[in-house]
Amino acid sequence: MVIGLGHYLTVAAVLFTLGVFGIFINRKNVIVILMSIELILLSVNINMVAFSTHLGDIVGQVFALLILTVAAAEAAIGLAILVVFFRNRGSIAVEDVNMMRG
Amino acid sequence: MNPVLTIPDFAPVLPEIILAAGALVLVLFGAIRGERSGEGMNFIALALLAVAFVAVLMLPSERVETMGGSFVVDSFAKFMKSLTLLASAGGVILSMDYMRREGIYRFEYPILIVLSTLGMMMVISANDLIALYLGLELLSLSSYVIAAFDRDNVRSTEAGLKYFVLGSLSSGMLLYGASLVYGFTGNVSFPAIAGILQGQVGLGAIVGVVFVAAGIAFKISAVPFHMWTPDVYEGSPTPVTAFFAAAPKMAGMAMATRVFIDAFPNILGQWQQIIVFISIASMALGSFAAIGQRNLKRLMAYSSIGNVGYALIGLAAGTVEGIQGVVVYMAIYLAMTLGSFAVILGLRRGKVMFENIEDLSGLARTHPVLAFCLGMMMFSLAGIPPLAGFFAKFAVFNAAINANLVALAIIGVVTSVVGAYYYLRIVKVMYFDEPGAAYDAMPVGVKFVLALSSIFVVLFGIVPAPLVAAAGAAARSLF
Repeated sequence: MVIGLGHYLTVAAVLFTLGVFGIFINRKNVIVILMSIELILLSVNINMVAFSTHLGDIVGQVFALLILTVAAAEAAIGLAILVVFFRNRGSIAVEDVNMMRG
Repeated sequence: MNPVLTIPDFAPVLPEIILAAGALVLVLFGAIRGERSGEGMNFIALALLAVAFVAVLMLPSERVETMGGSFVVDSFAKFMKSLTLLASAGGVILSMDYMRREGIYRFEYPILIVLSTLGMMMVISANDLIALYLGLELLSLSSYVIAAFDRDNVRSTEAGLKYFVLGSLSSGMLLYGASLVYGFTGNVSFPAIAGILQGQVGLGAIVGVVFVAAGIAFKISAVPFHMWTPDVYEGSPTPVTAFFAAAPKMAGMAMATRVFIDAFPNILGQWQQIIVFISIASMALGSFAAIGQRNLKRLMAYSSIGNVGYALIGLAAGTVEGIQGVVVYMAIYLAMTLGSFAVILGLRRGKVMFENIEDLSGLARTHPVLAFCLGMMMFSLAGIPPLAGFFAKFAVFNAAINANLVALAIIGVVTSVVGAYYYLRIVKVMYFDEPGAAYDAMPVGVKFVLALSSIFVVLFGIVPAPLVAAAGAAARSLF
């Protein structure tokens, strides 16, 4: 069996869906949400690289590298905000992120 | 093969270069002087924004592409960048006294404002998906930190956390859409995508467009992707909320317009229904959900969701007239938002900030000028004729009717009548309820912002021509 573009796209779509569900269904703690966000970004990277090889166009890989860089910055800022939140609230459980409800 | 590299034309990017270099200088300055850097940083940041504003005004009006086609400057970019810079300057001015009194001033604040403004300007001028994404992330990452700026306050940090999680999710969706658009068109550049996406478009590209639309809707807090807005607006420090309600909205609407009109103009039929739906949903939610709110910042959050819905009517029309409507709407929305938040910032007695509707009761007797200004803002937001808000709504409704979206315009009028209820309730509370104790005198900066926006809102109806003409030129430059 030849592994083609469709397979890569399917894997990426599955990872992306897992990431989105990880954010919405997860009721445990915020670290899992950060992991889900990474999962989403990485699934996009698989898409980008797969398309890039398929099209024979280098732009997709450049885009993927930039996404990796930004993902690192995003994780750093996310963890920093999480640390500040933990210092104030003493917990990182998702159900404790509830001071404001409308 | 020996690739020839030419040095790109830097002149169109001058405002961004000024902000980027300025932000670095500010970082250095802050790092060297540390806690002693003091509030002079605010003024340096304001000066930077002012210099960038002048540089934006001096840009050429015709369309110029540079940086290998990733960056575009035209009248539309010029206009939206000026609005963004004004909004950011407003955000800095409104924050100065507040940050000092609350004891949360740190030199990072003006730097983060400058950096997020830089992100907004890059988003407005982005001409391919990569530039769009990088600009958007610069804007978002700085915004997450600003939201959590009151770092010892559990509400502020919770706002930052919520903003971060949902903002990252939206960036992810936008990116996933971008990857599909790239894959099915083979291009990241907007004009090239526009050339390929016409006639019968495959499902993959359509799914990509939908994901991009979802990501953009998140950033401009349009329904059904609005759920972060009320919490973030309520939890962030008030001047930060004012900044969030003003500046990123300008960039977000500019981004939406740029993406849909520049990159997907030939598949209008495919995305028009999406925009019509999120426009109706935003207007309806903005009107109905705001009715039960007691907190003014939360109320303004729902109001901004509704206003985004009205602005999207113009985009849904997809015509020159519609885009002109969007641009006029955003300019007027900027004045109304900054003005309303200036009044909210004026509700202070000693160390305590008041932010509930009942705290406004009898304001007309204790602070007649303040009450008059807020009253004008509320009448304008409700769309009562001689004030600016009426002209904004008129422009988008008119464009919708001329583009055969009569039902959309009618729903817009109905929801704005419903919305008038909660705006007018504020006027009623100020003018007919029993007054409470007087508030402290407003700081000079807040007074300044309030005066400018009140003058704009009240007098726009008399001399609308300059702004409308500039908006028309901006809209035409996209087609």
